[in-house]
Amino acid sequence: MERSKVTLFSTLLLFGLISFGLNHFHVADGSGHAVTLIQKYSYYYDILLTIGINIILAVGLNLVNGYTGQFSLGHAGFMAAGAYASSWLTLSYGYSLGGGAFATTFAFVIALLLGGVAAAFSGLLVGVPSLRLKGDYLAIVTLGFNEIIKGVIQNCDALGAQRGLGGMAPSTNFFWTYAFGAVTVYVVLSLVNSTYGRGFLAVRDDEIAAEAMGINTTKYKVLAFVLGAFFAGIAGGIYAHFKQFIHPEGFNFMKSVDVVVMVILGGMGSTAGVCVAAALLTILPEVLRYVSHIEALPEWLRHIAENRMILYSLLLIVLMLTRPQGLFGAVNLKRKKA
Amino acid sequence: MADKLLEFLQQLVNGLSQGSIYALIALGYTMVFGVLRFINFAHGDVYMLGAFAGFYFGPKVTQLFGRGAAAGSMPLGDLLNPAAWVTLLVAMALCAVIGIVIERLCYRPLRERPKLTVLITAIGVSLFLENGGQYAFGVDPKSFPEIITDRALEIPESWGKISGLTVTLSQVLIFGVTLLLMLVLRHIVVKTRMGMAMRALSFNPVAAQLMGINIDVVISFTFGLGSALAGAAGILTSMQQPSIDPLMGVNAGLKAFVAAVLGGIGNLQGAALGGLLIGVVEALVVGYGNPTYRDPIVFGALIVILLLKPTGLLGASEREKV
Repeated sequence: MERSKVTLFSTLLLFGLISFGLNHFHVADGSGHAVTLIQKYSYYYDILLTIGINIILAVGLNLVNGYTGQFSLGHAGFMAAGAYASSWLTLSYGYSLGGGAFATTFAFVIALLLGGVAAAFSGLLVGVPSLRLKGDYLAIVTLGFNEIIKGVIQNCDALGAQRGLGGMAPSTNFFWTYAFGAVTVYVVLSLVNSTYGRGFLAVRDDEIAAEAMGINTTKYKVLAFVLGAFFAGIAGGIYAHFKQFIHPEGFNFMKSVDVVVMVILGGMGSTAGVCVAAALLTILPEVLRYVSHIEALPEWLRHIAENRMILYSLLLIVLMLTRPQGLFGAVNLKRKKA
Repeated sequence: MADKLLEFLQQLVNGLSQGSIYALIALGYTMVFGVLRFINFAHGDVYMLGAFAGFYFGPKVTQLFGRGAAAGSMPLGDLLNPAAWVTLLVAMALCAVIGIVIERLCYRPLRERPKLTVLITAIGVSLFLENGGQYAFGVDPKSFPEIITDRALEIPESWGKISGLTVTLSQVLIFGVTLLLMLVLRHIVVKTRMGMAMRALSFNPVAAQLMGINIDVVISFTFGLGSALAGAAGILTSMQQPSIDPLMGVNAGLKAFVAAVLGGIGNLQGAALGGLLIGVVEALVVGYGNPTYRDPIVFGALIVILLLKPTGLLGASEREKV
């Protein structure tokens, strides 16, 4: 077996063990009762799962924005497609498999994968216009597509329309979140490091030269969109079965921007950097919330800490002016293309 | 039959007044694209700042200048209301300065960098204005001060069936001021030296520079001009819908962008035409269809335009040079 596969499987095994430990290792809570680690540290566990979901989202988007050089601003739309598709599946058919723990988990994983496929299909729809568009136009079209997906959901009564959709089984746990995270990282890394996947980088670096070398740029761009959307759909499904309630407004433009900021901060085209940035930017709002409650700080500072988007936007501007390749990025965005 | 026609005309009137707002914003997008070949994402938020400039300065200006003697008494006496005009000019001037400052601080240092860097910066500026606006002005919608008293205009019975239409004073003002501003803009672009420099720059930046045009000045001027129009749009729209909030620029900005693309980005007449068209389409969707489909239909239209005719209705195609 290849080394990368060994790494993947041992990582999955490790996550399985951690998950088992979290669920079955008992500690005493404040009043002396024995509770599992998850119950005791539920706040931190929630943050941990959110980090995992954001890693899947950001690494998937990095394939489109970072490695292939297309600028997508509609990642939340794909996430919505996956979240709603998988929730609809588990709500409609999940119980027909029986109520046991195994059946629920089985239904969850199948629904996640089908949700990913639904998102991938919507990614295909966006990928096709992207063939003729670049940069700014593509950004706006993907943004518009995000709005369209949102609009369709808002008008679809079977999906709860404006009321949102709730009542999903809480199937998301540490193992599935991070297992899918590991698979996402594995697929993206294996792809871009393979001979075949070099095409993504070629499209990014110089589309015209790549085409002249016989690379089917169309195929690579669409493939990047479809794969990125697939992973976003998976992340959406995990998110839906974690929060157990989803609403169309939760997948708006701002959510897309969140993911874009993760990719840019981490460095476009650096998977490790993007993972670190996803973790950092998930923890940051929690830290800011903590800061905004410190009485000793001046009033205005606490107000700014409450509104993390001010800091995010300043971060974007300052990063672009001083270090456009991101914290860990390898891409040299400073050089102007001829 | 006549009632149906009347209803259609009513939607047309509503659409044209909303479309004028989109057209004014779209002009700014198109002008900046013309000289810099990039989309100023923050443009919609300058429009929001224009509305807030009116919110803060409007009452003071009304105190200083008064509403004029003719307001309310003559059929169109409000057009002579000095406070409204001064507020409009103040907001336009303020937005022009803001536009120039944004360009100087955020876009000029990046002019030699790849487009993606500038695009991300523009998104950053846009988010900063929106969230900074929420921080500075508060999140809740504010009610815009009543600078003119909006009312339905009476159409004489002698005009026949048309007298059944409801046309408000603000709709007339919006359409009229937009037309006026477009004529002024056209004069600037076609007749003045600065306008000639703008056209030269958009035609060929390198050659323009070689001919002795100071492109920094021209770009600043373009940003100022576009932002002033957005500021005017902010004031005009607030006269009709007196509820303003820091995120009002997001949707309007996107719609105006769609309008600019529809008309052919970089083309001034195209932006005006596109804005009016988008406004009318929206009004028709709301009037005859489902209002919740308004935004998806506009964005769907954008995707279709870009697929079928990426240069827009009036745009000229540009050949890519290797």
